[in-house]
Amino acid sequence: MQTGRAASIRADDLDFRVEAKALLERVRLHADQGQLVGLIGPNGAGKSTLLRAIAGVLQPQEGAVWLEGEELESIPARDVAARMALVPQIAPYTHGFTARELVLMGRYPHLGRFEIEGAADEAIAREAMELTETEEFAERTLDTLSGGERQRVFVSRALAQQPRVLLLDEPTANLDVLHKLRVLDLVRRLVDEGLTAVAAIHDLGMAARYCDRLVLLSGGRVLAEGAPEDVLVPDIIESAFGVRSAVYRDPATGSLAISLIEPADNGRAHAPSASVNGRHGHGAERHAPGGPVEARRRNG
Amino acid sequence: MREAAGPVSVRSLRRAGVSARLAVGGVALGGLVVLASLVSLSLGPVEIPVGQVAAIVLSFVGLDVAEVGRTEQLVIEQIRLPRILVGAFVGMALAVAGATMQGLFRNPMADPGIIGVSAGGALGAVIAIATGLTGLFFLALPSFAFVGAVGATFLVYGIAAAGGHFSMATLLLAGVAVNAFLGAVISAIVILLPDNEALREILFWLAGGLDSRAWEHVQISAPLIVGATVVILLRARDLNLLMLGDDEAQALGVRVGVTRVVLLAAAALATGAAVAVSGTIAFVGLVTPHILRLVLGPDHRVLIPLSAIAGAVFVVVADTFARTIIQPAEFRVGVLTAFVGAPFFVLLLIRNKRQAHAL
Repeated sequence: MQTGRAASIRADDLDFRVEAKALLERVRLHADQGQLVGLIGPNGAGKSTLLRAIAGVLQPQEGAVWLEGEELESIPARDVAARMALVPQIAPYTHGFTARELVLMGRYPHLGRFEIEGAADEAIAREAMELTETEEFAERTLDTLSGGERQRVFVSRALAQQPRVLLLDEPTANLDVLHKLRVLDLVRRLVDEGLTAVAAIHDLGMAARYCDRLVLLSGGRVLAEGAPEDVLVPDIIESAFGVRSAVYRDPATGSLAISLIEPADNGRAHAPSASVNGRHGHGAERHAPGGPVEARRRNG
Repeated sequence: MREAAGPVSVRSLRRAGVSARLAVGGVALGGLVVLASLVSLSLGPVEIPVGQVAAIVLSFVGLDVAEVGRTEQLVIEQIRLPRILVGAFVGMALAVAGATMQGLFRNPMADPGIIGVSAGGALGAVIAIATGLTGLFFLALPSFAFVGAVGATFLVYGIAAAGGHFSMATLLLAGVAVNAFLGAVISAIVILLPDNEALREILFWLAGGLDSRAWEHVQISAPLIVGATVVILLRARDLNLLMLGDDEAQALGVRVGVTRVVLLAAAALATGAAVAVSGTIAFVGLVTPHILRLVLGPDHRVLIPLSAIAGAVFVVVADTFARTIIQPAEFRVGVLTAFVGAPFFVLLLIRNKRQAHAL
């Protein structure tokens, strides 16, 4: 057991199976206060599943999640929501709610059963929308917003929850380059001020640049974990993603950059989980770097 | 307040806070329900001026403001008031259950009958009539209808939860299947029924009506309907979060499984109680929350309580027309709600096409 300061969020040996298929196998992860931990890995590696397990949305068959030293299962759902927020991968449509109403829902866990959000909650929501530059469409209904705009509104909602732990599932997937940087800058700044965050991030370069530590998932297992320099090495990238790469310091940003060169040849392709994935590597999956379309086979 | 000055346009009302929308809507609809009830109490074979009606109603609570006629008092006390109260509670139940189902299914087209509750109630009633039990004891029809309504809901829920994995999509499909099956059973009974009198009674019941409703009907339905409405009100905020999806709701502190079962059960009980005393009254559950949502937005903390009042207004007004337009005969209120409600709804959809699309 860890002595001294308990991790803000910690997952111990999570096993999650759907029928015979293992989506998570003995997965461990921890994030200390003031850390941004990046979850990387190919499609179907279990990133979303892990985040949902940490959020308490799904119950793993084995293992436990600890929130600030307390076992998650023992904390009432509303108290969890007052301490930990989840930004979903797909920002859902919500029949007629405005962006402002959605952000205000982030205040629900902090309100009594019959309490209606007051001026203080309105102010918190407004501030959260200013941070993601969404206040201009506060009064528009969500179905009139673009995917990227909606995603930023959902980030605002998570911020309005005033969580101490923030979980983000591909928070930048639908964003243009400017807002991608803005949202990650924002998360980084909040983390530097004491927030703890775990984010699934597709773009390896972005993950390397913003995260303190990376956890690389492949086939439901942790393949590598540690500082970005230790995880993002060509051998590991190839064994997880089946892609040959070059890793170097980007002279413009000073952080790691990854050039994805080509799919490793088919005969040697390391299927992320050989037991379940026999179709991997027929060579036709050349994606633009950093932007493969999430197939959502498992979690959709 | 942001919008304190100027006329209260629909748009500014939509943007007002939850309490403001509740207050404005509550006062407006509350006024309407009182007005509709007074007018309804005064109309009928014995015309009673509204002033007299008010004096009689006040005399029930011990306030003697004017001389009241004995006949008028009896007509109101024994005939019109219980009927109006049954109508108000039925409207409340159907509209609240409709709003709840629409939220749970994330679909504004959901109806309280979607999980088989109306068809089950109808079958229970048809069995009670066809077997002649209705002649034996007074509560046979409502109790059979209620058992049928709740039984059908259990069946539909059981199908959706079979195998340990509950799904709303399966619930919807199971509801469609059970509705179709129960409808077929009812048709079979109707076809095979030798007794024309019973047949007429069944058709009457299926069309939904409030004729000869008495205080007993208020007593058996009101507690269930009010209780279920309170339960739903307690979970109105959770219903907002459930509309975002199960994961989202869970992550925002809702115990999704328990909450959904409680809401479904409360909506089914309210609808079952309504069906038991009034038959199947169409369209109230669908159209009432829908109209309110267009004006006041989708927040269930506003939608549920105001649907309760608006549903009461809808049924009381419709029933007043039903029993007065072809005097001394009576029209069926269930026919009238659909007859007037459906075209009105279509008109509304066309006028608000853009907003309706946004729903």
